Amino acid sequence: MSNKKYWQNFGELNQTATFKQSADNEFNESLLPIEEISSEGLLDGKTPRRDFLKYLGFSTAAAALAASCEMPVRRAVPYLQRPDNVIPGVSNYYASTYVNGGDAISVVVKQRDGRPIKIEGNELSSITKGGTSAQAQASVLDLYDTTRLRHPLQKVGNDYKEVSTFEAFDSMIAGEMSSIGAKSVVLLTSTINSPSTLQIINNFLAKYPGSRHVQYDTVSYSGMITANEACYGKKALPSYQFDKAKTIVSLGADFLGTWLSPVEFSRQYASNRKVSGDAPKLSRHFHFESMLSLTGSNADDRFTHKPSETGAIALALLAKLGGAVTAPSIADAKVKAGIDKAAAELMKTKGASLVVCGSNDMNIQVVVNTINEIIGANGTTINWAVTNNTRKGTDTEMSTLVADINSGSVGALLVYDCNPVYSFSEGNKLGAAISKVPVSISFNGTLDETSEQCKYVIPSHHWLESWGDAEPKTGHFSFMQPLINPLFKTRAFQTSLMKWTGSQTVNIPTVDSTGKVLGVTPSKVSSADYENYVKDFWSGKADFEKALQDGVIEVETAPAAATFNAAALTAALGKAAAAKSGATEVVLYQKVSMGTGSQANNPWLQELPDPISKVTWDNYAMVSPELAKSLVGLDIMNNQRQADSYEVTPEKPVIKVTVNGKSLELPVLILPGLNDNTIAVALGYGRESADQANSLERVGRSATGAGKNAYPMVGFDGSSFIYSAAATVEKTNNTYPLAQTQVHGSSESRPVIFETNLSSYTKNPEALLEEPRNERMGIMAEGKTDFVKDGTIYPDYEKPGIKWGMSIDLNTCTGCSACVVACTAENNVSVVGKIQVQKAHEMHWLRIDRYFTGDIKNPDVVFQPMLCQHCDNAPCENVCPVAATNHSSEGLNQMTYNRCIGTRYCANNCPFKVRRFNWLDFTGADSFKDNQQPLRGTELNEVVFQMNDDLTRMVLNPDVTVRSRGVIEKCSFCVQRLQDTKLEAKKNQDPTMVRNVKTACMQACPTNAINFGNVNDKESEVSKARADKNRNFYVLEQLHVLPNVSYLAKIRNTDRHVGIAEEAHEEAHS
Amino acid sequence: MSRYRITINKTLAVLLLVLLFSINNSAFAADGEALFKANCSNCHKPDADYTGPALKGWSSRVPSPDWVYKWVANPAQMIATDAYAKALFEQWKPTVMTAFSNLKKEEIDAILKYVDDYTPPAPATASASGAAGGASDDSMLYGILTLVLALVALILLQVNSNLRKLSDEKEGIYRSEPVPFYRNKTYLMAGILVLFIVGGYFTITGAIGLGRMKNYQPVQPIYYSHKIHAGINQISCLYCHGSAQDSKHAGIPSVNVCMNCHMAIKEYKGDPIVREDGSAVNGTEEIQKLYQYAGWNPDTKQYNADNNSDGIPDGAKPISWVKIHNLPDHVYFNHSQHIKVGKQQCQTCHGNIQEMPEVFQFAELSMGWCVNCHRESKVDFYNKETKEGNKFYSIYEKFHEDIKNHKLDSVTVEKIGGTECQKCHY
Repeated sequence: MSNKKYWQNFGELNQTATFKQSADNEFNESLLPIEEISSEGLLDGKTPRRDFLKYLGFSTAAAALAASCEMPVRRAVPYLQRPDNVIPGVSNYYASTYVNGGDAISVVVKQRDGRPIKIEGNELSSITKGGTSAQAQASVLDLYDTTRLRHPLQKVGNDYKEVSTFEAFDSMIAGEMSSIGAKSVVLLTSTINSPSTLQIINNFLAKYPGSRHVQYDTVSYSGMITANEACYGKKALPSYQFDKAKTIVSLGADFLGTWLSPVEFSRQYASNRKVSGDAPKLSRHFHFESMLSLTGSNADDRFTHKPSETGAIALALLAKLGGAVTAPSIADAKVKAGIDKAAAELMKTKGASLVVCGSNDMNIQVVVNTINEIIGANGTTINWAVTNNTRKGTDTEMSTLVADINSGSVGALLVYDCNPVYSFSEGNKLGAAISKVPVSISFNGTLDETSEQCKYVIPSHHWLESWGDAEPKTGHFSFMQPLINPLFKTRAFQTSLMKWTGSQTVNIPTVDSTGKVLGVTPSKVSSADYENYVKDFWSGKADFEKALQDGVIEVETAPAAATFNAAALTAALGKAAAAKSGATEVVLYQKVSMGTGSQANNPWLQELPDPISKVTWDNYAMVSPELAKSLVGLDIMNNQRQADSYEVTPEKPVIKVTVNGKSLELPVLILPGLNDNTIAVALGYGRESADQANSLERVGRSATGAGKNAYPMVGFDGSSFIYSAAATVEKTNNTYPLAQTQVHGSSESRPVIFETNLSSYTKNPEALLEEPRNERMGIMAEGKTDFVKDGTIYPDYEKPGIKWGMSIDLNTCTGCSACVVACTAENNVSVVGKIQVQKAHEMHWLRIDRYFTGDIKNPDVVFQPMLCQHCDNAPCENVCPVAATNHSSEGLNQMTYNRCIGTRYCANNCPFKVRRFNWLDFTGADSFKDNQQPLRGTELNEVVFQMNDDLTRMVLNPDVTVRSRGVIEKCSFCVQRLQDTKLEAKKNQDPTMVRNVKTACMQACPTNAINFGNVNDKESEVSKARADKNRNFYVLEQLHVLPNVSYLAKIRNTDRHVGIAEEAHEEAHS
Repeated sequence: MSRYRITINKTLAVLLLVLLFSINNSAFAADGEALFKANCSNCHKPDADYTGPALKGWSSRVPSPDWVYKWVANPAQMIATDAYAKALFEQWKPTVMTAFSNLKKEEIDAILKYVDDYTPPAPATASASGAAGGASDDSMLYGILTLVLALVALILLQVNSNLRKLSDEKEGIYRSEPVPFYRNKTYLMAGILVLFIVGGYFTITGAIGLGRMKNYQPVQPIYYSHKIHAGINQISCLYCHGSAQDSKHAGIPSVNVCMNCHMAIKEYKGDPIVREDGSAVNGTEEIQKLYQYAGWNPDTKQYNADNNSDGIPDGAKPISWVKIHNLPDHVYFNHSQHIKVGKQQCQTCHGNIQEMPEVFQFAELSMGWCVNCHRESKVDFYNKETKEGNKFYSIYEKFHEDIKNHKLDSVTVEKIGGTECQKCHY
């Protein structure tokens, strides 16, 4: 077999002895985890016979006690007056909008018995077309966050006291506001794109002359906004049309992961990556970056450089494209060749090309704008008729505000939906200054770092409790409606502003059918709360109820270009490549899971493995093997002993990184594909209350202790925040454990991925899957052709009605991990905490396997979603001693929790390593209350107790069993959804309803990479996907396990040789 | 003779005619009763005010005989236009009568005739002496018999051994002192075996029975009799448990559903209700309890004011019933599946609920019980020729083939996967 090519970690690449040993020893725990707990007292750790008898006696007694013959009396309490639209046990769905720091994603929320429990994308939105992100999926858990404030607070000394009523709060604020005198009032918020909220803010500002509204983006796009102002005279961001781009060049913009509007861009990008027919047309994607980002790992060709060279590369590209600039010299030959190639491709598809850049340096963005002008992007792939309103912050405004706060000229500071004390580089100083502002009010929902410094905190609703609207793109309105009555005594931020605006008439604008504000009618006095205001605001729109039901109103606008001012380039030229370089440089990035850190206390996001590094619960210094060698002396490529000592234990060496005089001690994570002079550090971690003793309650039990805060490393160049800088690094003697998931489970070097490049595929599409085809033939007896029936001695069982099947397109899977969170939410998958992840006890039913291949310094990356394959000939089924797992007549590999006795034979026998064992009681299913308390801190992180809180448990899906300790679980193909769809189909007597069914992962996917349905039905999407015989393969097919999940092989649009078929070809020639 | 014959013939003809008319009449009257029960009886009683007014004596109240037809066809319009209708509405608001535009004039006549002729049935005397404690269980008798026989056998054995001993002594044969039976190893062994088998049997059945609550009949906060509601008064199950056809839960009706009828029904006038322990239940008092929960004042015929503005009448609170049918948490059961798709009667699993004064758990609700029914029940399989049955099953090609070839005569729930684990456990 030729599959040395795909590797998940260095041990697998080099096939070290320790790696093999750890792969063999899948469950390295002793049978009784109880021994580990009590290892101090009990006779030297080994479990002697007498102890065994003790345990036996104890567990018998405990079981008898738990099962006690008395049956508990259960109550059934019906409504007093049942609301018309609620049928107990039937879910309702309402359209709403997920909003977070400017992001706005149209969603449909599943509400069950009055509780929102699941977020789905809204297919009526032309922006996302039903796609979601991991963060949107996880945000339903934020609603039930235990750190949410339960009532308004007033700071007294260092403590907070409850303000009993909103009226009392309002009168206190009125008193305070009247006493600030001539000092200014500042409203500091994240980007606001809600038209009605902006109107309320304007009304409020009008009441206080000299007041202003500052929008602050935690991770800034100010460089682009100011560059656009210089080039196009528009202080805004345009819409990008990746679906119209045949050639895409990204200079460090992680547009599939975290840049600007990743869900929208993923969908657009994937539309040009779908392979159909024998001569498919694919877009070509070049990526230049310093670290290994999600987008970079999807690129066809990827080049790495130091962060300080971004400007030089942009200039070189511009020069190559014929711009009137002198090209700076690019030292790296590969990068230079890459620029030449990219420039050629860009010009080849002129008018259908796009260059995006992730830098926040205005000058570099001016250069990029000039490039886009040359390649004809303006008006084609860049649409100025519709602006992107999700980021509006200008960094100079923020820095002026901070200066004002420090100098004491701000009289009142109102903070909403942002946390600058945490996320501003001089956060600590800012915090101290805020506490000295005469009136400081926070509307944030929790007592976060900024709220802590404010005198008053009046928590606003969670978005699932709010009315509202959003306009993420011009003319694209998305509406919010509450899914639940506010859980706590909170009040909408807008209502507070309206109350404080006072008795003046509230301006109600007239809105036309497109949502455009035509004029303002000051005569109409609105109701005094936002709930009614937003209805009044849209009253000009006749069918507001329909708009609420749909969730969106969209206005079609023809794409348009903006007038380009070429003079802007001259000013930028000298500064674009002026970034100070260093021997080692730090680049700050956002993780797909954690983003800016606003959802840091969300356990689902914290435990979501980063798609690239596969690390959970932490940030770290990501470095290349080369750099690791020089920084900490670990030669992971050539010294097997060192490689093993690094990779097998979770303990990683710690380095001290210093940027701009600010130091951070971070564990080293070695990953291929990074630039050899670059250290990448994720933002969004290291949340900590100023009062450390209260961190668990204020910042949260998940966020506390997870990673380090890298925001202080953000620099400011006088016009915008800069997310990379030269750094000095020191080695320390400390180590720090990282909980990484990828090293768990191994496919034992069997081929699981197939890929090739576009030209080879077009030339000979059949060659791609030649290897599995030959293997299949080798297994069958001479003259036999039907692999399913003839490849085994087991009988073939018929699936008379439905046969469920899934198809996953590796070409459009970007690894964004929205599906993983969706699965967690849908199926009550437990969060286990960092300590348990280190022991390979994570519970995710669906994981995204990341494989490296090719050049070790700059490998290609393939993502493969891996879940239970529901094998028709399943190896797990015939080893279960109690038949707890068996096969259904619809092709499902069934897992019956109440029958499972936890032998884990099935997990051991599963070639895909998708069966997960409940080592502890992670979801509070135990009969004994507080049974987990003794394990607190040693075995169980605080997060497990957070998840077991009665409030948090409200998120559980009542249609799925909450698994108890000691049973195996795994992907069920969302059987609750299948059963429900079948029931509906039977009620409606319509067999076509079971043709295509949406599993949670499929529904969450922004690129439609997953298809699911009835394979027996030739019309189903999954049958159609499987009809692509040249790309359709089953993982480990040669084992004849007959999986019900199929994959479509990956095809890269590159000139390089990729994939197994290519290698075989090369070997034959050499 | 012939003279008489004509007379006889005439008499016969007249008799026949009378008979015919009377039959015809009773047919009309019966029709009226059926129509009344089907359309009106949920809100009207012939002789007493209910959710709507008593209907008897209607003709003396309505302004014109035609009025009533117009009213039945479209009450809402009449309220808007007609003075008497408006007054009626004022009296009975907020309830507005449902329009029955589908009722023909003759049918309305039949109903009205039934109402006018209605005489309340004489209250039944003496309760139906509870099905004489017959069907006596014989197993007890057999058990005692077995024990007695076993004792006799034991005594006989002892006697036998004693006699043998005596005869041996007489003949001078010396035998060792016989071992008393309680130290006799054979007896001991047999005893232990019996104990083991009996004990094992009881332990196992006991363990299997853990958590099973057949015949569970808890005391409820209100003595609610399904016999009176569903049995005597023939209220459809789905009137109260409507979500059984839409949801996995059958649902317990919210208090406002009870009040739909009990706004009018203030007292219980039926047969005396007697609990199993012989104590009497005062039906009217139980209805008063409902008023407490609903926050309803039967005297003013109004709900209490909502002074604390929590959205419900002051003093009202939901009823905390004791749940009788409890399935374990790891079981998924869907009522609508069984009622709408499976077309099962409520009684299949809940027993003759219309005859239960207080509900008890009729079925075992064990997995074996469920699976057994799934093995035996036939699905409404689609017939491709006649186009009958649930069209969903048209995708089961193999079964259609088998039925065609007479390999299969019907499809049971089991055949379509009804006994597989993940039909109920996920």
